[in-house]
Amino acid sequence: MRIVKYTAFAFVLAGAVATAFSPAMSEEQEAPPRLKWSFAGPFGTYDQAQLQRGFKVYKEVCAVCHSISMLAFRNLAEPGGPGFTQAQAAAVAAEAKIQDLDDKGQPIERPGRLADYFPSPFPNELAAKAVHGVAPPDMSTLAKARTYQRGFPWFVFDMFTQYQEQGPDYIAALLKGYQEPPKDFQLPPNGHYNKYFPGHNIAMPPPLQDDQVTYDDGSPQTLDQYSKDVAAFLMWVAEPHLVARKRLGFQVMVFLIVLAGLLYFTKKKVWHQVEKPRELAHGQDPGKTTI
Amino acid sequence: MSGHSTYQPQSRFLQWFEKRLPLGSLIHSSFVAYPTPRNLNYLWTFGAILTFMLAVQIVTGVVLAMHYTPNVDLAFKSVEGIMRDVNFGWLLRYLHANGASMFFLAVYIHMFRGIYYGSYKEPREVLWILGVIIYLLMMATGFMGYVLVWGQMSFWAATVITNLFSAIPGVGDAIVTWLWGGYAVGNPTLNRFYSLHYLLPFVIAGVVVLHIWALHVAGQNNPTGIEPKSEKDTVAFTPYATIKDAFFMGVFCIVFAWFVFYIPNFLGHADNYIPANPAVTPSEIVPEWYYLPFYAILRSIPDKLMGVIALFASIVVLAFIPWLDTSRVRSARYRPLFRQFFWLWVIACIGLGWLGSKQPEGIYVILSRIFTVYYFAFFLIIMPLLGIFEKTKPLPNSISDSVLGAKA
Repeated sequence: MRIVKYTAFAFVLAGAVATAFSPAMSEEQEAPPRLKWSFAGPFGTYDQAQLQRGFKVYKEVCAVCHSISMLAFRNLAEPGGPGFTQAQAAAVAAEAKIQDLDDKGQPIERPGRLADYFPSPFPNELAAKAVHGVAPPDMSTLAKARTYQRGFPWFVFDMFTQYQEQGPDYIAALLKGYQEPPKDFQLPPNGHYNKYFPGHNIAMPPPLQDDQVTYDDGSPQTLDQYSKDVAAFLMWVAEPHLVARKRLGFQVMVFLIVLAGLLYFTKKKVWHQVEKPRELAHGQDPGKTTI
Repeated sequence: MSGHSTYQPQSRFLQWFEKRLPLGSLIHSSFVAYPTPRNLNYLWTFGAILTFMLAVQIVTGVVLAMHYTPNVDLAFKSVEGIMRDVNFGWLLRYLHANGASMFFLAVYIHMFRGIYYGSYKEPREVLWILGVIIYLLMMATGFMGYVLVWGQMSFWAATVITNLFSAIPGVGDAIVTWLWGGYAVGNPTLNRFYSLHYLLPFVIAGVVVLHIWALHVAGQNNPTGIEPKSEKDTVAFTPYATIKDAFFMGVFCIVFAWFVFYIPNFLGHADNYIPANPAVTPSEIVPEWYYLPFYAILRSIPDKLMGVIALFASIVVLAFIPWLDTSRVRSARYRPLFRQFFWLWVIACIGLGWLGSKQPEGIYVILSRIFTVYYFAFFLIIMPLLGIFEKTKPLPNSISDSVLGAKA
């Protein structure tokens, strides 16, 4: 018995020590501030106006360097998205130049159609690398491909609070995270110091400033607003069926809870006969008990 | 499978059919009249839950395979195509990805239950070993499925895990080249993983049939660990076990649906949404959560070959516990010392899981070593010795006695 108690004590102590030391040893990454998103939580939906603004920021700023190759123009008019009309989406597509072949097999450039995918700013990764030093990542799944360490015990709580917006939080923070490097920080040439980037040395220069993009809906034209809007837009690009997923999820949940409840009472009824000896042991008459 | 069947088909067609193939009486004796101990708790519903999860994985997997392309240039894109353009493709993929996690969650509960109540002991040794084989097949299948996504974590997990075989002296490198079908993880690797990922679930289904067959020959264990002695100790499988299984399967599905619909990427790794890139190594390479304890064991040992041996030994040792455990009492309910060592072992397993996700440095390495030593000591030292030294509590006379006694 003693051995067991000592071993248990040693385990708990070791665990406590490890927990106490872990923040010091984790990789150097600042946790971005948690923002409020319309698409968070079990009933979350995208804010159409925000997605449209975010799309504008993407089109005028990000698209110069970043591709978004898995997004098609038709997606802009699909339900659960930014809510453009078919005509608006087609107009966006028509502005784009798409590489294609004509009837004779000769390469041509034609205006985009709804079925086309967003063309990339560079013909290939090498070309992008040659210009920027580092190829700017494709943004199709970016909002799900970026995160930050939540650490114990927070990741356990996240399971119950459904905190899933680490990606957009990180992207929004990163866009605002450019700073002067601390004095003892060796910034390599062509590098930029960013508070939230892992290792702080990011190749991308600060992409957004106040008043850079004109908003038509009267929203503040600030870096803060831009970064939130474009992060929300990128979340939609990465997870275009989020709204449908959460809506169906609620229906499935209601169904399953009712089903499990009914099965529980059926089980109780079926087992009532078998559990009689238990009632006898409690001095009850099983014939008179009900469930 | 439990001997004489009382099945009497009503319709003339079924009578005709029964004379030619007694399928009805097989089903009747296995899933209707089959006697189950009356005192089974909800931990015994996980067998049914696991069967259900296997079916979910096969059904969603077969449909996903219709839309997936096993080619290094197209695999990631085709998965995203499923997420974006296939009707309810996002649902299929999230069901399949989270279904794997739920499958492992259920199998771990099932295994812990088996160890706690001594379900591996005579006469259920073969039943237990079949279970270990199913678990090994599940691990192989889950790993290869994770690779098919062909994200960064897929690619690098495949590289790390296949490289384990290079530790084998002499022929290691040749074996790894053979596994890859080339000199690095590439298209031939992806193709064969796809082929095997489609094949193995059906092998699992076959072993599951044997597992259930062996179960129905030996009969179910129960929380007291003593065999049913009279009809008073058992109830018929249907309706009693079926309704209980159905209810808890419903509860389990609520948890499953929570993950699928609300936090579908919680158990995944963000890096797997970056397409595989052999030129860029991720800052950390971690397997899926259900392999983390074994990954921690592997990394706790400085020598690569010994680490790989420990990794495989940690699973293979399970097959030997029917003989490593020398106690004649099955259930931990009547084994006060075993019960405490068991819970310590559960803590060690969870601790190893947590350590598997950490960088192998400083205090984490020391902790991994302590837990690894305890993991093996539990099977190789504690189990054999406890049978000799432990003073067990008196067993009840019968299952029905224990049901009455516990509540009186």
